[in-house]
Amino acid sequence: MEDQIIHLASLAVKAIFIDNILLAYFLGMCSFLACSKKIDTAVGLGLAVVVVLTITAPANWLIYEFFLKKGALTWLGGSRFADVDLSFLKLISFIGVIAAMVQIVEMVLDRFSQKLYAALGIFLPLITVNCAILGSSLFMVEREYNFPESIVFGFGSGVGWALAIISLASIRQKLRYSNIPPGLRGLGITFLITGLMSLGFMCFQGIQLGNPAG
Amino acid sequence: MIREQLDKYRPLFEEGGRFAKFFPIFEATETFVLTSGAVTKGAAHIRDALDTKRYMVMVIVALLPTVFMGAWNAGYQHNLAFGESTGFFSSMIVGLWYTLPIIIVSYTVGGIWEVLFAVVRKHEINEGFLVTGLLFPLTLPPNIPLWQVAVGISFGVVIGKEVFGGTGMNIFNPALTARAFVFFAFPAFISGDQVWIANYMGNSEQAVQGISGATPLLAVASGDLGAKATSVLAGIHQAHDLMNYSWWNCFIGFIPGSIGETSTVACLIGAAILISTGIGSWRTIVGCLVGMIAMSMVLNSFAGPGRNPMLSLPPYWHFVVGSFAFGSVYMATDPVSGSVTDVGKWIYGILIGIVCVLIRCVNPAYPEGMMLAILLMNIFATTIDHFVVQQNIRQRRLAHAG
Repeated sequence: MEDQIIHLASLAVKAIFIDNILLAYFLGMCSFLACSKKIDTAVGLGLAVVVVLTITAPANWLIYEFFLKKGALTWLGGSRFADVDLSFLKLISFIGVIAAMVQIVEMVLDRFSQKLYAALGIFLPLITVNCAILGSSLFMVEREYNFPESIVFGFGSGVGWALAIISLASIRQKLRYSNIPPGLRGLGITFLITGLMSLGFMCFQGIQLGNPAG
Repeated sequence: MIREQLDKYRPLFEEGGRFAKFFPIFEATETFVLTSGAVTKGAAHIRDALDTKRYMVMVIVALLPTVFMGAWNAGYQHNLAFGESTGFFSSMIVGLWYTLPIIIVSYTVGGIWEVLFAVVRKHEINEGFLVTGLLFPLTLPPNIPLWQVAVGISFGVVIGKEVFGGTGMNIFNPALTARAFVFFAFPAFISGDQVWIANYMGNSEQAVQGISGATPLLAVASGDLGAKATSVLAGIHQAHDLMNYSWWNCFIGFIPGSIGETSTVACLIGAAILISTGIGSWRTIVGCLVGMIAMSMVLNSFAGPGRNPMLSLPPYWHFVVGSFAFGSVYMATDPVSGSVTDVGKWIYGILIGIVCVLIRCVNPAYPEGMMLAILLMNIFATTIDHFVVQQNIRQRRLAHAG
């Protein structure tokens, strides 16, 4: 049990820092670049991504495990389905799940936090096509996580993404007072900052957390 | 007299003069030799002799002890490794022979970029560059190829600083950006890094003897290049059990390493200068210390036989080896790329200390973590500030409401 907790904790740390979905894999760049002008929006969007990722990763895990994987349908009855391999439907069903989940989150936000709902505006539906979310579902399948691992992984990836976008937003807020060369203002400098940020995050590369004590 | 000379040439550089484009160069020379002629005009202003120019010059002054110790030590290590006289003067001369070209290249190439940008973008040449140009070489091993120094400082000055609009507007410490760039781009040349940890207990003699000594100092650096990180760390563990006296060597700085990083004592002198003149923040420095001590104590409790021996390295060793002292005194206190609020400085410093020890001990890929830790925290410095300020606003609001 204790081992399990340590294992999950190190998986979370790995997903947040070492394999940061944004700064190590460069997934989810579109909203990262577009939505990082103000810290408040960034915090909101980051939270939304955390929530959506934490829900979709395990949901997709269930769907993959019980419907799509080769031989996953055996629970329907007997060996007739043992050879059925629906994993070619992986992409489309994951996207479907993500879209549905985003819709639910949107409805919940609309009901409970009008302010955040208004602040996120168009970007909330855009999470549907945020590659970070689809990406972590696909990573999850590729790395063969089990159910609790997929929850932790989804959550960790989300937190990592949120961390990155919040720090980028605060950097960009500070940069409003900088005399950046005209050609680089806006997206240009943001790309440069993103590059430098991932340079900073490279310090985690190579850390093996499987056994944190040694 | 200087005034007269300058005034004689002034028309040439002013609007309409022949060299009007190069006004920043003239301005820089003028204000560097004399105090700035521009006086604040307007109702309320603070009179203070400390403008950014003098500010940066103070940092240079604070850096001088490390330059001195670094040059001396570079020569000392060289002479020691090759069995030559280790007297003060011979060491100093050999040391300067290696360190001066690096510093000169760094200044020249970096200076060219700075001037180029100043001329094109019509901003002033700022002494901040002098700090970057000196900090960067101090973080390099003495045998680094000079072209890499040039590439590194170019990256640091242009990408790290000038694209953000020049001194005071950058997000990352330019010297650190340069150093990280060189570190990741040419790992084989700067893994002098890995080696100076391997050799810091004075094992350099043995490392060198295997090699004929054809390339001076490169031998020191390449001696253990292939050594696995684990055995290197094991070496540290044993060595610090066996040779207690060498803690002092590490403290004073007679250990192989990057030019400016070896001498903790020189860094402490620098820290005293920075803190007493109010330029470096003692909060950041103490924060680094606190974080480092706390984290290494935590890791010490994990240590045991069969575990990663690096975990058992006690805090007072972390303090003297590698670039911890150098980084926390000169790099972390950079007022531009660090946090600016008082609480923020504490958090910033403590996190640097923690991350530094973590990288050193847990990450087998990099033996040294200080530079990367600071670079990482540069990313979050503004975030920390933002939330500290928000917290302040909230408290004030509560206080007023009550």
